[in-house]
Amino acid sequence: MSAIQETATDAPAIDAVPKRAMTLGAGTSIVVLLLLLVVPLFVKNFIIFQMTTVLIYGIAVLALNILTGGSGQFSLGQSAFYALGAYISAILMEHANMNYALTLPISGIVCFAFGFLFGLPALRLSGVYLALATFALATAMPQFLKLGAFEHWTGGVQGLVVTKPDAPFGLPMGQDMWLYYFTLVISIAIYVASINLLRSRSGRAMMAIRDNEIAASAMGINISLYKTLAFGVSAGITGVAGGLGAIAVQFVAPDSYTIQLAIALFLGMVVGGVGWLPGSIVGAAFIVFVPNIAESISKGLSGAVFGVLLFVVIFLVPHGARQVALVSQHWIGKLKRS
Amino acid sequence: MELFTNQVLAGIATGAIYACMALAVVMIYQAIDHLNFAQGEMAMFSTFMAWQMMQWGVPYWAAFVITLVLSFVGGIVIERLLFKPLAKAPILTNVAGFIALFAIVNSVAGLIWDFTIKQFPTPFGSAPFLGSQLISTHQAGMIGVTLLLLALLFFFFRFTRIGLAMRAAATLPESARLVGINTSWMIALGWGMAAAIGSIAGMLIAPVVFLEPNMMGGVLIYGFAAAVLGGLSSPLGAVIGGFLVGIFENLVGTYIPGAGNELKLPIALALIVIVLVVKPSGLFGHTVIKRV
Repeated sequence: MSAIQETATDAPAIDAVPKRAMTLGAGTSIVVLLLLLVVPLFVKNFIIFQMTTVLIYGIAVLALNILTGGSGQFSLGQSAFYALGAYISAILMEHANMNYALTLPISGIVCFAFGFLFGLPALRLSGVYLALATFALATAMPQFLKLGAFEHWTGGVQGLVVTKPDAPFGLPMGQDMWLYYFTLVISIAIYVASINLLRSRSGRAMMAIRDNEIAASAMGINISLYKTLAFGVSAGITGVAGGLGAIAVQFVAPDSYTIQLAIALFLGMVVGGVGWLPGSIVGAAFIVFVPNIAESISKGLSGAVFGVLLFVVIFLVPHGARQVALVSQHWIGKLKRS
Repeated sequence: MELFTNQVLAGIATGAIYACMALAVVMIYQAIDHLNFAQGEMAMFSTFMAWQMMQWGVPYWAAFVITLVLSFVGGIVIERLLFKPLAKAPILTNVAGFIALFAIVNSVAGLIWDFTIKQFPTPFGSAPFLGSQLISTHQAGMIGVTLLLLALLFFFFRFTRIGLAMRAAATLPESARLVGINTSWMIALGWGMAAAIGSIAGMLIAPVVFLEPNMMGGVLIYGFAAAVLGGLSSPLGAVIGGFLVGIFENLVGTYIPGAGNELKLPIALALIVIVLVVKPSGLFGHTVIKRV
């Protein structure tokens, strides 16, 4: 608890997270992994589909977490990269008949390049000004996708329908379940890679920039390189999530990727805990399930119920799921010692 | 040339809307140091209260004043109840709180007054202004009220004790506390004033865009853009930013082929981003000097 209170007193933009606190312990990781592996065997297809959605949003929230929690830059434009990834995968699958799994790295690479380039002008901006620039990107993206010039590929306002892949090698499982395990494998790969990235020299450089840009540059860190690199990596991962999203939903349309998606991803990051990567999945679960819960409590007031639930969460745990994890870790430690 | 001047005039007329909203945005930014995403929804709610009073037979100016007072109190109550407990939480958590407030206000207004559009009266009439077809008397009145508000705010911050205290609390909270300023209440006061200015903006905008729970969506985006363009630390910058955004928007729609209504917003925003890349703290903002 003491670490939280110390950082909370002067309320910095993003709390400094020591890199060891960015991961889960080995025991907890195995339990979570087992749960994610076993649960789908016992639930209905619709719930499997929802779990897939949680994983996909989890990847996108993780990407934002690398950008904001890792390098201290704020973005409301993640929906644009998500949309780009989704469209690239959909177009490659439908127009070039490419295998769905092969489209994902392409989405990732194109989005990485796009994010890296967007990171260059963003270098000059910080705080709310950067928020506005990324916000502009998010509002512009659906309009570009609707443009008549690209209609042959993008399908214009109607969007594109994507065929859902079957399980390969004659594996005895339904499409939903196959897609779930496919997404799970990719999520774990991205999660492990991200943790390793943040633990590496580049990750330490990003965190140094987040904590104090001037001090970091005095120590010889190339600020522009690592800031744009963080943008690129974040955009690339979001692009992969977008591609997976297109395959899972079997449909891409400009209006699925509005600013509301970017706001949802932002909320997911806050609920999960900024800078705490395992929290991404908790945040993703929040943005997938809580709107549904709100809808079931009251149809007419679903927005208000959602807002109240969000307030309850941020009042109880202003630092998100990370705070819950830290507190419980503290108690488990106490129990072990006594 | 005539097309150009006409479009600029029309731009100033729409710009007045954005300028009004941008003033409210800057006001809250001065007090709490971040953008309040729920600002537009709060203004919309105030406007609905004014409309409801007029439905009950209260004359326009009486309803106007009562709404102003209610919004001021409402802003303070929201700060005390919802955001004071979050004062020590990280900034991003506060932003999530604004989004929650946005969802709540929008949904409650929709439930009370439903989503059909309503007419809102104007005190200035809607005849052409000085024989010009492009600016109505309402729009001229709106520009006048915006400039008047700006002047009032300038005098408030420059020449009153409490204005000075608010500025001190915003720039150096710790030193302000040391000289006996209650910084916590200064923030609440900032919320109240922002809500009141927002309600004026809402009541002026409503005759143009019609009254409904989602009326502020587009306006708020332009208002933010205007505030950021002008530099968030300057009310004058916000007003000029508002007019500039209005003019940008109109000229882009007229002169860039194929821009139409769909690309107007992205292009206007892109122009603003380009301006920001050249001047990162807005046209009239102070450059913040960071020390290690």
